Amino acid sequence: MLDHWIFIGIFIAIAAVFPLLPIVLARFVAPRKPNPIKLDTYECGMETVGDTWVQFKVQYYIYALVFLVFDIETAFLFPWAVAFDALPLFAVLEGVLFILILAGCLLYCWGKGALEWS
Amino acid sequence: MSFINDPITFLAEWITQFLGGFLPEAWVTFIVTLLGVIITASFGLVFVIFLIWLERKIAARFQDRLGPNRAGPFGLLQTFADIVKLITKEDVIPEKADKLTFNIAPILSVVAVLLIWAVVPFAPGWIGTDLNVGVLYIAAVGSFGILSILMAGWSSNNKYALLGAFRAVAQLISYEVPMLVTLMVPVLLARSMGMMTMVESQDLWFIFLAPISAIIFLVSSIAEVGRTPFDLIEAESEIVAGYHTEYTGMKFGLFFAAEFLHAFTIGVLFAIFFLGGWRGPGAEQFRLLGVVYLMLKGLLGYFVVMWVRSTLPRIRIDHMLAFNWKFLTPLSLALLVMTAILDKVFGDTALRFPVLLAGNGSVLLVTWLALRWTSRRHTKERRVFKKRPVAKPA
Repeated sequence: MLDHWIFIGIFIAIAAVFPLLPIVLARFVAPRKPNPIKLDTYECGMETVGDTWVQFKVQYYIYALVFLVFDIETAFLFPWAVAFDALPLFAVLEGVLFILILAGCLLYCWGKGALEWS
Repeated sequence: MSFINDPITFLAEWITQFLGGFLPEAWVTFIVTLLGVIITASFGLVFVIFLIWLERKIAARFQDRLGPNRAGPFGLLQTFADIVKLITKEDVIPEKADKLTFNIAPILSVVAVLLIWAVVPFAPGWIGTDLNVGVLYIAAVGSFGILSILMAGWSSNNKYALLGAFRAVAQLISYEVPMLVTLMVPVLLARSMGMMTMVESQDLWFIFLAPISAIIFLVSSIAEVGRTPFDLIEAESEIVAGYHTEYTGMKFGLFFAAEFLHAFTIGVLFAIFFLGGWRGPGAEQFRLLGVVYLMLKGLLGYFVVMWVRSTLPRIRIDHMLAFNWKFLTPLSLALLVMTAILDKVFGDTALRFPVLLAGNGSVLLVTWLALRWTSRRHTKERRVFKKRPVAKPA
């Protein structure tokens, strides 16, 4: 069991090395002639106006909230799906009930207008 | 175990014996594991070089062009020429950018895709590591990709990049919901989250037991990759290049490579979950054949992704989100409930296949009726156009 995760740990390290190599190589090969105009923010040639990191549309946030509900739901449901053989029909129906409650949550969000863009 | 049947295991055992002669056991295990990691990780990266050429050729065919044909035979060396060009380009880091995050983001985007390959079962016994929570691991690692896009968009300090990142967050997290829910259907059918068990339990490919789930998985995966018609995150006609507007040279190249590799990984995952992975005639005997089958099935999925890309135009952001939340998510939940109940009742009988297929059919029918009902309610009066004179060929 632990061996698996050691493999994953080594994998993360090696996987990070692969994309690092060309970047490091480019450091030595590529020219470097920075000037203020080149380093300026590129917005189609116009000078950038105001701050970029401002408050943004709140709708993105609401979608993220709805997503969170379903993400946690799936985390709970995966073990249920794995233990499927060991479960009696009653336990399966309980899982179904859990899904239906969350479907109800989706309908509630829908009715509240959380899923509308404008 | 002979070399022809199973070259990888053969070599691994040979190396273990060879090193075991003069190294302590822990070191041998470590070195063999390291070699395994390097082989699995570089497999994807080497393959992507070929994939970029393939995609450009096929996309060109779709558009009635020839595609790259100058560098090498059939333009096969085009990608290498591109790599050389990207490496020798100046790497511009904007002055206002958040430099650390800006530099980490492209690396993370490649790492996120590569990590999926750690649990891809290539052939019987050939798998990076057979995690017992493989599917959950794929879902978790996939979220790294979203993080890298958000990091890139935010740290660029560029309004277009930031817009791209916002769109990416809305799109990618939204489409992760139907993807995860449909992924639960094969998990349920296989009774396991392990990738190897998933393939081994597909005596009948899962696409026949859960055809609609397979399609939903493919569609939401395309959205996860951010390919046309879901390429709002880098829509060049609206927000320049989206999250990678400020990236140049090899860092842009890494995002590019990660996207291609991700698209192919989607094809491979589709093959593993629904098309029986490495299974095929003779794969148990000659394991290399298993790899060939998996790659062929993966390329089939990849071809569908390319096909969709060449066919459909980009969709609008509100349509994109409505399609996900009001269509795909309820449909995938209904499919999960249907599969759970029917498979519990008929799972061990011979009726499993016809009953599940009938269940899928009835879900499709209900969906169609519901869509008709809602569209009838929302359709405004049909506009009648006056017939106009049209120039006709003589």
